[in-house]
Amino acid sequence: MSGKSIFKKVYFSNIILGLFISLFSFSAWANEPVAAEAAEHAPKQEEKFDAGKMILHHIADEHEWHFFTIGHFHATVPLPCIVYTQSAGLQIFSSSNFKNEHHEEVPYQGLKLEHGKIHAENGEQVYDISITKNVASLLISAVLLLSIFIGIGKTYKENPHRAPKGVQSLFEPIIIFVRDEIAKNNIGEKHYRRFMPYLLTVFFFIWFNNMLGLIPGGANVTGNIAVTAVLAIIAFFVTNLNGKATYWTHVFAMPGVPKWMLLIMTPVEIVGVFMKPFSLMVRLFANMTAGHIILLSLVSLIFIFENSALGIAVVPFSLFMNVIELIVAFIQAFIFTMLVSTYIGAAIEEHHH
Amino acid sequence: MELITPDFGLIFWQILVFGILFFLLAKFAWKPIIQSLHEREESIDQAIKLSEETKKEMAELKAGNEQLLVSARAERDALIKQAKEAADAMISQAKLDAQTAANQEIEKARVAFEQEKVAAVASIRKEAASLSLDLAEKVLKSQLKDKAAQEKLVSEWIADVTLK
Repeated sequence: MSGKSIFKKVYFSNIILGLFISLFSFSAWANEPVAAEAAEHAPKQEEKFDAGKMILHHIADEHEWHFFTIGHFHATVPLPCIVYTQSAGLQIFSSSNFKNEHHEEVPYQGLKLEHGKIHAENGEQVYDISITKNVASLLISAVLLLSIFIGIGKTYKENPHRAPKGVQSLFEPIIIFVRDEIAKNNIGEKHYRRFMPYLLTVFFFIWFNNMLGLIPGGANVTGNIAVTAVLAIIAFFVTNLNGKATYWTHVFAMPGVPKWMLLIMTPVEIVGVFMKPFSLMVRLFANMTAGHIILLSLVSLIFIFENSALGIAVVPFSLFMNVIELIVAFIQAFIFTMLVSTYIGAAIEEHHH
Repeated sequence: MELITPDFGLIFWQILVFGILFFLLAKFAWKPIIQSLHEREESIDQAIKLSEETKKEMAELKAGNEQLLVSARAERDALIKQAKEAADAMISQAKLDAQTAANQEIEKARVAFEQEKVAAVASIRKEAASLSLDLAEKVLKSQLKDKAAQEKLVSEWIADVTLK
């Protein structure tokens, strides 16, 4: 019975999501006749397809959520811009203000959107904390994570000794995997519990955002350097703030090494302290971005050669790549968490000789 | 280059969202999940341990029972043996007693028979003596019918008496 009701719930939430999306599309549709009319008057010039530009546009952040364009119809969801400037203070407005009815970029209240960045026309510093496509996706993933895991948490609290049910039984093996294979193995039985909330949050955050990025029209959140940089900086602080005496002596005065060697060793070790989170940042960013680029390149092949017959080869191959990307989504989350926990494990290890 | 230049706004939102996410998930999701997973594993461990202990105890109990059974059986055998021996002893004693009693009776009977025999012989002898006296009387009576013979006899008796 309960299984049936869960199915119903999921089913209905899907319908609501569908309605939501179609609502946005309708708002776009409403603008369409105007745009079409305008297009008739404008001189027609077919732009040559530029795969590189298209791909970079897709993997980069933007101030509106663009799904697709058919002819002169642009399926986009305008997103709120939040901008602070010294002269005008905090301004909140819709990103649709940057486009006129001909879908051309126009300045708005002394601000203009250039190459996906907001600049002030008078040249002053602009602090842009707009809800961009990536931020919106980030918020969606946060809501998803919170609703799923707080829900599961409640079930666990209510009957801790029961066997898992439903969504709980989907995530329990993964939580146990993170605990046993990642945390316990690398940090050790004694300290691992302290780091479990952090590791689980990092793991599921990366995994969920990786997966959301794979949905067509999804944002490339974990393939954005800002996101991975923040994750890496947090990892840096978690590792080094928990560093024990043994860790620091290994960095600054490696034991069992001739004194003169320390002249080389210590700088290398200090670089290593920063290189570890840096590699985390680059790894996740590069892997996710590369995946997106490959998928987009494969699809672009059809348009580059202007031959739909190529789809026979491209579609199965991009399907294959998509499945690979699904695996990569999990693996990258796993690797990030795994490496952070090995760094933590090395930092908190006590000297025992 | 744009691709690898972190965006200020996204850094801001990422710190905010990740921070809030960490705080809320740690408090409302990970804590109860990890706690109850730990508790569940602990309770399963305990249950397994308990069942193993109970099994062991049962086995011990079974072994004890068997031992008890064996000793009980041995005891019973010993008791039966003892009882048999006692019974045998009693029977043989009784046999012995009966034998002696019978022997005594036989002896008594023999003695009585001997006495009876002696008595009988004595009475036969007496009878025989009286018979022979009667016979002698009759013989004498027939011999002493005449006077001469009587006188002769009397004289003989008197001679005897005087001689004494």
